[in-house]
Amino acid sequence: MAGLLKRPEALAGGAVLLALALIALAAPLLSPGDPLAIAGKPLILPLTDAAHPLGTDRLGRDLLAGLIHGARTSMTVGLLVAVVALSAGMIVGTVAGLAGGWTEAVLMRLVEAFQIVPGFLLALALVSVAGPSLAGVVLAIALGAWTGPARLARSRVLALRESEFVAAARVLGLHPAEIAFRQIMPLALPPVLSLTAIIVAGAILTEAALSFLGLGNPNVVTWGGMIAEGRNQLRSAAWLSIIPGLALVITVVSTYLVGEALTDSLTERRPR
Amino acid sequence: MSLLTVTDLSKTHHGARRVRALEDVSLSVDAGETLGLVGPSGCGKSTLARMILRLDRPDAGAIRFDGQDWLALRGRDLRRARGGLQMVFQDPAAAFHPRATVQGALAEALRLHSGMPRAAWATRIADLLTQVDLAPDLAPRPLSTLSGGQQQRVAIARAIATGPRLVVLDEALSALDTSIRGRILALLVRLQRDLGLAYLFIGHDLAVVRAISHRIAVMDAGRIVETGPATKVLAHPQADLTRRLIAAIPTLSPPGDLP
Amino acid sequence: MTDRPLLSLQQLAVTYPGAPLPALQGIDLRLAPREKLAVIGESGSGKSTLARAIAGLLPGGSHVGGDLIWSGDTPVPGRDIGFVFQDPGGSLDPLLSIGAHLVEVLRTHLPLSPRAARDRAGDLLAQVRLPDPRAALEGYPHQFSGGQRQRIAIALAIAAGPALLIADEATSALDVLVQAEIVALLRDLAEARTMALIFVTHDIGLAAQLADRIAVLRNGRLQEIGPTARVLAAPQAEYTRQLLAAHLDLSSPPLVEARG
Repeated sequence: MAGLLKRPEALAGGAVLLALALIALAAPLLSPGDPLAIAGKPLILPLTDAAHPLGTDRLGRDLLAGLIHGARTSMTVGLLVAVVALSAGMIVGTVAGLAGGWTEAVLMRLVEAFQIVPGFLLALALVSVAGPSLAGVVLAIALGAWTGPARLARSRVLALRESEFVAAARVLGLHPAEIAFRQIMPLALPPVLSLTAIIVAGAILTEAALSFLGLGNPNVVTWGGMIAEGRNQLRSAAWLSIIPGLALVITVVSTYLVGEALTDSLTERRPR
Repeated sequence: MSLLTVTDLSKTHHGARRVRALEDVSLSVDAGETLGLVGPSGCGKSTLARMILRLDRPDAGAIRFDGQDWLALRGRDLRRARGGLQMVFQDPAAAFHPRATVQGALAEALRLHSGMPRAAWATRIADLLTQVDLAPDLAPRPLSTLSGGQQQRVAIARAIATGPRLVVLDEALSALDTSIRGRILALLVRLQRDLGLAYLFIGHDLAVVRAISHRIAVMDAGRIVETGPATKVLAHPQADLTRRLIAAIPTLSPPGDLP
Repeated sequence: MTDRPLLSLQQLAVTYPGAPLPALQGIDLRLAPREKLAVIGESGSGKSTLARAIAGLLPGGSHVGGDLIWSGDTPVPGRDIGFVFQDPGGSLDPLLSIGAHLVEVLRTHLPLSPRAARDRAGDLLAQVRLPDPRAALEGYPHQFSGGQRQRIAIALAIAAGPALLIADEATSALDVLVQAEIVALLRDLAEARTMALIFVTHDIGLAAQLADRIAVLRNGRLQEIGPTARVLAAPQAEYTRQLLAAHLDLSSPPLVEARG
């Protein structure tokens, strides 16, 4: 963690993410009311009206309110996808690595099957079938994101499985599940955790893309949805797409910066 | 009747090349005795240890331990029975979970095999540490902060914590400095006397194996080539390998005396 | 011992970067040309530090005090000093054939044509008694056993004809049979090539097999140094007596009695 503070770019990224998280948490306080409700005249230019600092869209909905509530969606989806994908990957990878033989073969073929289908197409297909609920979107995106953690967890477990302390635990008579989840998994976890940032950033982008295509929940504000809305006025009112687009870019870049530093600190070799 | 009987054990490793790691290996260990198993690296002695410890399965053959068909035990029955047959490995640093403490490692053995209430563990852990000549106040220390000799003593304490009848020691002294090696040898002999333990003592150095073994089995290329009482094997070696192992023991004679 | 020494150490002290205490201090030592010196001690005694200090292999930032004086020019590591490590595989590149390893070292230090270097490489493998040396040139490290890899490492270390070969626990990872062969090989090579040898080990029995003199280290200090026969028969330091007492061979009493 100390290493994190020594890197200015990671610090900047962290500050942005922290601010976004706070904004997302405090959205109902910062911008009370429904962000989809009509708030004023349509198409107010940004920085011209104190009541609507970022302006309004063609229906008169406040852009800033949309951004604030949209952050909530992006953050929630990003984090939930990471939790689901990392847990699923960790469990499948650990079981595959330890079980070996037939179980491992089946599980790893499954991982490969998911890996060759582009994650976005997978999410697209699932959301169109299951409908645009939050749980549906999260599961759909996680389906394309758990394979990386699963492969990494398996390779770590394979290396740990042959170590002498595992042989010692078996000779002592520990239950295989106890060896898997109490002894091996905690040691396999750090490198897998270092994938968090990539998964979160990818999930935020995928969610935005789904919303952009109109597959998100129409009753929830999302940055992707806002970009899509603004697309129709791209020549006359480009800010409607550009502002949420910038929000997306800043969030994803910040996540990567933090993730990079996190990877280094999680996987650094500790002196023996 | 023997405590451990291994009969016609065979194992072939299927890798890039087929390697016959064990070929019809038979041996037995009586209660309270030490059988030394000696041979060069790659002779199959560690493979044999892994079979006896139920870490790998042989292709053919039988193992009886403590009156049971050892290879037939499964699941819960096997995990319970494991308390009777413990082991100490070569590299003490690798034999414990990287984050384990001394008391954590010993408590695990007590939890699984002692049947003691949790409240009694601390006292028992202090006893175990004393038994292997370690200070009881080492208990809360992470194992990674101990010296190699201390770690190996904790490994021995963990092995005896389950109340075993047989302990397999696979090159257990090879990674230690000579002076520490001598003290741990003496400790093993004392524990054998006090607890009635039997040892299968595996090593490549006949000088060490001979010091602690009642009987010696010599292994070469997956086969047992000679077995007998330690004094007899050393005084009248039958197999060519045994003679070479005896000749390879460094003596404290100045240079020039070597063939 | 009347020769001008190949190397003399005066009050040598080494402190590793960030370490509070010196790993080695007050070492006075003279090594004659063609002398075979065994340095013995336990882990942490400073024996490997001494070997590395002489070979110029200490990590950057180490503080070296005292003097390390060579009789000739300052030696080039790899050419004038050969070094063999404990791990027989560690110094070999898995993707490079044995011949390529040797040719690279030979041509780095000696003015040889590729063809001549290749011939010399085969000779070196024969000198370290590797079976079928010509065929071994085409082999890769993983195709050889631990003992064979250590022979290859020795061939690399002596390739450029060094005046001094340092073997740092070079036999510790090997079984006793191979250990005895490597010790005999090192002794014979040193004698045949008129090369000095520093043999670092924790096993006083192995030291006795090949050394002219034995130096005993403990806690970074020299406990005693003397001719092998004298050190074995009449050790001066209490610590040397302990090491001798801990040695096990066929004359040591067994710890258990035969059972009926």
